[in-house]
Amino acid sequence: MSDKVIHAFYDDDDVLLSAVKEIVSKKHHIDEVYTPFPVHGLDKALGLEGTRIAIMSFIYGCVGLAVAILMMNHMMIVDWPQNIGGKPSFSYVSNMPAFVPIMFEMTVFFAAHLMVITFYLRSRLWPFKKAENPYPSTTDDKFLIEIGVGKNEKELKALIKKTGAIDIKIVEKPE
Amino acid sequence: MYTFPKRLKVFSLACMIIGLLGLTYGFLSAPSTIEEAIEMTSSDHYGETVSHNEGHEKDSNHGEHLLHKLQNKPWAALYVSAFFFMMISLGVLAFYAIQRAAQAGWSIVLYRVMEGITAYLLPGGIIVIAILVLSGLHFNHLFIWMDPEVVAHDEIIRNKSGYLNLPFFFARAIFFLSGWVLYRYFSRKFSLKQDLTPSNDISNHKKNFKISAAFLVFYFVTESVMSWDWVMSIDPHWFSTLFGWYVFASMFVTGITVIALITIYLKNNGYLDFVNDSHIHDLGKFMFAISIFWTYLWFSQFMLIWYANIPEEVTYFMTRIEDYNLPFFGMLVMNFIFPLIILMNSDYKRVNYIIVMTGIVIVLGHYIDVFNMIMPSAVGDQWSIGISEIGSFLFFFGLFVYIVFNELTKAPLLAKGDPFVKESKQYHY
Repeated sequence: MSDKVIHAFYDDDDVLLSAVKEIVSKKHHIDEVYTPFPVHGLDKALGLEGTRIAIMSFIYGCVGLAVAILMMNHMMIVDWPQNIGGKPSFSYVSNMPAFVPIMFEMTVFFAAHLMVITFYLRSRLWPFKKAENPYPSTTDDKFLIEIGVGKNEKELKALIKKTGAIDIKIVEKPE
Repeated sequence: MYTFPKRLKVFSLACMIIGLLGLTYGFLSAPSTIEEAIEMTSSDHYGETVSHNEGHEKDSNHGEHLLHKLQNKPWAALYVSAFFFMMISLGVLAFYAIQRAAQAGWSIVLYRVMEGITAYLLPGGIIVIAILVLSGLHFNHLFIWMDPEVVAHDEIIRNKSGYLNLPFFFARAIFFLSGWVLYRYFSRKFSLKQDLTPSNDISNHKKNFKISAAFLVFYFVTESVMSWDWVMSIDPHWFSTLFGWYVFASMFVTGITVIALITIYLKNNGYLDFVNDSHIHDLGKFMFAISIFWTYLWFSQFMLIWYANIPEEVTYFMTRIEDYNLPFFGMLVMNFIFPLIILMNSDYKRVNYIIVMTGIVIVLGHYIDVFNMIMPSAVGDQWSIGISEIGSFLFFFGLFVYIVFNELTKAPLLAKGDPFVKESKQYHY
């Protein structure tokens, strides 16, 4: 079975945003929007759920902090205690200030790297992946809205035309 | 136009009067003889052990030292609050100049609030310099390098006397304050003039941009030197190269917090309807970020000295950790951990009462920060947050409120002539 979709092209992000709002308000379902750059407010106009990456970032930061604490405890106190600057490494607490920069850096390192990896996984991106966007021009200066077509093809086309699209294509999308 | 509410006026005057009474009590109850000083502290543990165990000669030496500490106490309490409120206004002036020089679009609706707060700089600065003059005239012994007797027996201070001497010290103080106040005067003037000119003429805005950029250069040099002079020289043996930044971070975060508090206060009273929660959100972000910046500098200063463990440097933190344990670590909770946890969530920064609650903790935390900078070398282990400390805080708080809100009545609360005012009104995060 194959799906019929409409590809509507725009050449301006403001026009695109108002078009998305118009189409959503007419209760049509937008499958996907391809843009060359992040358009401010598009996620809200499409009614997408808020990102949860901030929560993950906090958790990753906590993991990084915990790793740094355990790591420094093992290296500097348990495994190979040294006397640095007249401060023998007998206990973690009394040497703690020296480990704070490491705790900070590990927190940032874990939060940043794991957040990027999470983002790639959630966006289904990996090296050598074939690009999903149907037209290379959407990485340059064109914006594209993809809408699944039901029985209301004509009405939908008229609506899109009215919103300022520069081109409309109807494509059979192989499943 | 804003009118100074009668209740607030009465409140600020009442704060001033109560504060003045507290201060007077503090000054009157300070001991004038060694016997009185020993008697005052004899009930506590420290005085007891000394008088029981030490010989007579040592005892009188100790008593004299104790007397100086207790005589310094009301002066130090006065100086901490005077400096703290002047510092708020100076921090706001820097924030304002940064907005001007960066041609920020979001903060125009807050300009009049900032200008109101910076009105306190002139009176506040004059009071701080007046207290310094009184120190120079030996009414108190806050700054031991001002005492020629001490300098004669102290080689470290003697070597610094090319810089730390009274004429140069006061020349610098007057130069710094007049520079800041002049910028404030002209910037306010151009800001008010811009409202009255037609919208296609932005010459006043441009002038303001230029003097703000020039002021920032002046400010960052003079603020740093000011912090060595007015705060760090109270410990003339000790120095820290990032002290200027540290004091700056403290005044910057307190200033931004006070902008947020006054904005929310005015908004709750039906003014500033053009300020939306995105503006509050941005102020909240600044409070969060600069709190962390302050901690970064606090820790950088602490860790290097702690790690190097050089006797003449580490005494600074040893007195603070031994005698000032609660305020020293308490301020870290108030200025770092509390804002970090509360303001981390994006949505909380848009909720007024959370900003107010966190803001009050940050402001009090930075009062304790200044307290920790000045008290240890002024009164040593004889510190307390008693009548003279609370009294002087209330006095300057009342004065600050009175001057700031009085200034707010003098101009419309929206800088309507600013070329970015529309952008600021529509500002949306």
